[in-house]
Amino acid sequence: MEYKISNGNKPLSLVCLIAGVVMLISALVCDFAKKSLMLFGSDCRGAFLVLGAVGIFLGLFFFPTEKHHRKIINIIFLFPLLFAFAVTVIIPLVLGIGYSFTDWDGIRVKNVVGLANYTKMFTQPSFIWSILITFLFVLFNMILVNLVAFLLALLCTSKIKGMGFFRAAYFLPNLIGGIVLGYIWQFIFSNVVTKWTTALSGNQYSMLSDTKTAFIAIIIVYVWQYAGYIMLIYITGLNMIPLDVLEAAAIDGASRLQTLFNIKLPMIASTITICTFLTLTSAFKMFDVNLALTNGTGSIADFMGSYLTNGTEMLALNIYSTAVVENKYAFGEAKAVLFFIILAIVSILQVKITSSKEVEL
Amino acid sequence: MHRKEKSSSVAIRCIIAVLISIYVLFPFFLVVINSCKTTQDITANPIGFNGVGIGQLIQNLSDVINNTHFLFWQAFGFSVLITVLSLVLLAVFGGMAAWVICRNNRKKWSMVIYFIFIASMIIPFQVVMLPLISTFRDVGKFVGIPMLQSVPGIVFAYLGFGGAMTVFILNGFIKGIPFELEEAASIDGCYPEQTFFKIIFPLLTPVITTITILNGMWIWNDYLLPSMMLGQNGAVKTLPVAVQAFVGSYVKQWNMILAAALLAIVPMVIVFLVAQKQIMNGMIEGAVKG
Repeated sequence: MEYKISNGNKPLSLVCLIAGVVMLISALVCDFAKKSLMLFGSDCRGAFLVLGAVGIFLGLFFFPTEKHHRKIINIIFLFPLLFAFAVTVIIPLVLGIGYSFTDWDGIRVKNVVGLANYTKMFTQPSFIWSILITFLFVLFNMILVNLVAFLLALLCTSKIKGMGFFRAAYFLPNLIGGIVLGYIWQFIFSNVVTKWTTALSGNQYSMLSDTKTAFIAIIIVYVWQYAGYIMLIYITGLNMIPLDVLEAAAIDGASRLQTLFNIKLPMIASTITICTFLTLTSAFKMFDVNLALTNGTGSIADFMGSYLTNGTEMLALNIYSTAVVENKYAFGEAKAVLFFIILAIVSILQVKITSSKEVEL
Repeated sequence: MHRKEKSSSVAIRCIIAVLISIYVLFPFFLVVINSCKTTQDITANPIGFNGVGIGQLIQNLSDVINNTHFLFWQAFGFSVLITVLSLVLLAVFGGMAAWVICRNNRKKWSMVIYFIFIASMIIPFQVVMLPLISTFRDVGKFVGIPMLQSVPGIVFAYLGFGGAMTVFILNGFIKGIPFELEEAASIDGCYPEQTFFKIIFPLLTPVITTITILNGMWIWNDYLLPSMMLGQNGAVKTLPVAVQAFVGSYVKQWNMILAAALLAIVPMVIVFLVAQKQIMNGMIEGAVKG
C-alpha cells in the first residue's frame, strides 16, 4: 500500500517543532525549579506546556516524510485519548494498589504497613456487615429487576394500544440521576408512605428509620429506576425471535406458558446473560441512591458483638465514608481494592455460568 | 402471536399496563404538585391538591434558583458546558483512537492497547478515585494548570474514564467498514488524516449518536466524580452536586427540595421528549454491544 507523499511543509514543520520544544522545555524547567513563568502578569507555565506539546505534534504532522507519515498520524490520533486514559485510570490504579499497603493519608506516605489495612478491615464488624448486605442487595436486586423487567417486556410486546407510551413511561426513571431520585423517594417514604401506614396500622415511623424496611426501600427504588431500562433490552431480545418459530408452536398447539418456557426463554438466553450482567455490576456499584436515600444509616443491635449504626451502608458507600468522611485514605483504598477484586471475580463467574447455560439450551 | 386473543384478556393487560405506569409516574406527579405548595400544606397532605398554586410554584422556584447553595443557572451552565465538551472530545478523540486501533488490529501494540481498554471497563470508580484526586492535585500544582475545581480538569477526567467504552463500541462498528473504501481514497490522493475525517468519520454518525447518548446520560447524572473533583463548595458545580449541597443545607424544607428536584429533572425530560427514539435505541445498543 503506497501512500501519497504527505502534505509536508519543511519550514512550517521546523518552526512548529522548534517553538514547541522551546516552550515545553522552558515550562518544564520552571516546573522543576518551582518558579512561575510570569508573562503579562500571569503564570504561563501550563499554557506553555500545552502549547509546546501541540507545537511538537504540529511539527511532526507537517514533517515531509513519505515513509513515516502514517506512523506519525497513528501516534497523533492515539495520543489524546491514551494520555487521558493513562493519567485518569492506569496511574491512579497502580498508585492506589500501592497506597493500600501503606499509611497514606491522602497527601503523603509515611510508612509501609504491609497487609495491615487488609487484615484490619476483616476485624471491623461494620465492614463485614456492608459486604453481607451488598451481596444480599445484589442478589435480591438481580432477581427482582430481571423478573419485573421481563414481565414488563412481555406486557409491552403483546398487542395493546399505546405501547410506545408505556415503554417510554417505564423507561423514564432511568433518565434521572440517583441523587435526585434518592431525595424524591426519601420524601415519598418519610411523608407519603408514613401517612398511609399511620392510617392503616397506626405505625407512625418512616420505613427509612428501621434497617430492614429501609433495605426494602432501597430495593424498591432501585427496581423502580432500573427495570425500565432492562425491559427495553428484553423487548429487543423478544422481538428477535423469528415469527415462524412462534407460528409453528401455535400450530402444534403449544399453550401460552409452554411457548414462554420452551421457546421464548431459551431463545433469549444471550439477552438474559447481558441483563444479569448489567444488573449485577450496577447493583454492586450502587452509590448515589444509597447516599441520598438513607446515607447508610440504620441501627443493628448486635452484629459480631458490637452495635452498628451503618445498617444500610453498601460497600461503595462504606468505602466513600471511610476515606472521605473519616479521612482514612489508605484504609479506604484497601477496601476499594478488595471491592475491585470481588467485582472482578463475581462478574467473571457470572458470565461463565450463564454462557455455559446458554450452550446447554 | 397469531392466535385469536380474547378481548377480555387484552383489556386486562391494558389495565395492568395503565396501573404500572401510574405507579412508575407517581413520584414525578408528587414532585410536580408538591413544588407548588408551602411546607405546611405538604405536611398536611402530601398527595392532595390543597394549597397548589402557580404563585407558590414561582415563589419556590425563585427561592431555589437564587439560593446561594444551589445557584441553579450557574450549576446548569456548568453541567451543560462539561457534558458538551466531554461528549465532543470523546467522539472526536475516541473516533481517532478507535480507527487507528482497529486498522492495526494485527499488530501487537494495537492488541495490547485494546485489551487494556477492555479490561479496564471492569474497574470500579472507587478504586481510582482517591489516588486520582491526589494525582490531579499534584500534577496540577506541578505544571501550573489547576486540575481540581476546574472545567478542563473534569473534562479531561471524563475523556479518560469514558474512553474505554467509547473505543470498544466504535471499534465494533469500524470493523464493518470495508477497507477498500480507504484504499480507494488513498489512490485518489487522500492523506490518511483526510481519509479519516472526510470518509470514515461521517460514516460513524449512527454509532457516534449511540455513544453520545450513553456517555451523555452518564456524565449529566454523575455525582461521585464531580463531587470529588469539584468539591461541595467549590466555584464550579454540576447540577447533581448542587442538589446535594442544597439539600444538605435545607433539611426537611420539602417544598424547596422538591422544587430543586423539579429543576434538575425538567431538562432531562425535555431532551427525552425530543429524542425519545434515539435515546431508547442508543441505550439498547450500548447494552447489547457492551
